[in-house]
Amino acid sequence: MTAAALPLVEQFSYGLDAPICLTWELTYACNLSCVHCLSSSGRRDPGELSTTECQAVIDELQRMQVFYVNIGGGEPTVRPDFWDLLDYATGHDVGVKFSTNGVKITPAIARRLAGHDYVDVQISLDGATAAVNDAVRGPGSYAVALRAMRHLADAGFAGFKISVVMTRHNAGQLDQFQSLADSFGAQLRLTRLRPSGRGAEVWDQLHLTAAQQRQLYDWLVAHGDSVLTGDSFFHLSGYGAALPGLNLCGAGRVVCLIDPVGDVYACPFAIHPEFLAGNVRDPGGFARVWRESELFAGLRQPQSGGACESCAAYASCRGGCMAAKFFTGLPLDGPDPECVRGHGEHALATAGTAAAPRPAGDHSHRTSPRRPVPLTLGRRPEPNQPPVSACNPDPLAGFVPPGR
Amino acid sequence: MACAVSTDSASPGGRPPGTPRSPLRAEVGGADRFDFDAAWRLAPQVQVRPERFGALLYHFGTRQLSFLKSPALLAVIRALAAAPSARAACQAADVPDAQLPSYRRALATLADARMICRREPA
Repeated sequence: MTAAALPLVEQFSYGLDAPICLTWELTYACNLSCVHCLSSSGRRDPGELSTTECQAVIDELQRMQVFYVNIGGGEPTVRPDFWDLLDYATGHDVGVKFSTNGVKITPAIARRLAGHDYVDVQISLDGATAAVNDAVRGPGSYAVALRAMRHLADAGFAGFKISVVMTRHNAGQLDQFQSLADSFGAQLRLTRLRPSGRGAEVWDQLHLTAAQQRQLYDWLVAHGDSVLTGDSFFHLSGYGAALPGLNLCGAGRVVCLIDPVGDVYACPFAIHPEFLAGNVRDPGGFARVWRESELFAGLRQPQSGGACESCAAYASCRGGCMAAKFFTGLPLDGPDPECVRGHGEHALATAGTAAAPRPAGDHSHRTSPRRPVPLTLGRRPEPNQPPVSACNPDPLAGFVPPGR
Repeated sequence: MACAVSTDSASPGGRPPGTPRSPLRAEVGGADRFDFDAAWRLAPQVQVRPERFGALLYHFGTRQLSFLKSPALLAVIRALAAAPSARAACQAADVPDAQLPSYRRALATLADARMICRREPA
């Protein structure tokens, strides 16, 4: 195209007037308790934005010309005002792509969505088989997701997305995922498992092995841009040719997150005070947070690659994902924990697990996923002594001989 | 761009398979087919957001994002509606003759992506 002073990727690293990709999590409430939930969702937060406040955010996004938002949660469709907010957004030049586990996608809703020009739907599925999916997302979640897909396909909703977080257990199912997407006329979207939220607890067991990362890279290269990735695998560009898309961490530059209580974070994987830029309820609203927050201003400055700068792969991998480093306790100017050159493994071994910060803001269900229940051990009551009650006629009721 | 539950940069809202790529990434195939001397305009479902480097174009129908990598190209796009031809729009935006071929390629890419469309000359 025409000459530009800097490549676009450089331009983007200095930030834009408004985000290109905005993720907006509408609620922390969710019917599921996925073990890797990046927002530790489960229970609604009492401080979540009201319908009126959400509409005000949409008005602001329209003024800023944020052309579309990625709505998630939690499970956004469990908000009673969700479908109205969807209509409100698309009526105000803000297109919507929303992520759902499919629980509310009835045939009637599917027909309504199919008639919407500016709405896209993304069904989350983390296994091409029920066994692999349900181990991560919970019993029955595979059946619910597939039912939703069938309803969308039956309603004529072409090209909805099947969104897969890559794990050690589904990495071998790429072709099966592709067949599944093809069978519904859907498009496959693969993203990276991050050690964010509850994901921090399972990342060690679920993140891809080095061999699986290589296979994924080769598969992505072979499938080109028919598969969406949210550009989340740019750290794999260290293997060789860059993957399709912009290879850049967009946090605070072209991307950010608005969480259910209106907090604005640098990216959806960084729900932690360290990456909190402000709140949409602050004076000046979202626009002011985006344009004036100190955190974002800092991210838009030239970043140091630290030790990585001497690596031949740095120009393409750019040191990888900020959130992945942060939540595994690695310095932000060091290698990604899944660095394809193996520098991450070494750094992790040196840093030790104690260095990892705890994710903030847990909205998990208190009952699931199953966690250890704290118990206090004590003596059982004496079997030959009945409990003392006011009606006990025994003159020695409640008497315990001294020395016992 | 980055990561995200959400940033599918090639096709932000998601691009139906088979639709054209963004001019950011595709080298133009259709420059020869592009009618430089016809009248063009921004497609009805497209919005323009000016940025320092040029502009973002978003097509609400195809849900595709395109990037105009220079303010001069944005000026050309803005001149299309009132100009009798795409070539005249370039001239109205003070594009030097030597650069016309590269602007033609850029416009051809935008036409392939359905960001601009033909119109009847006024």
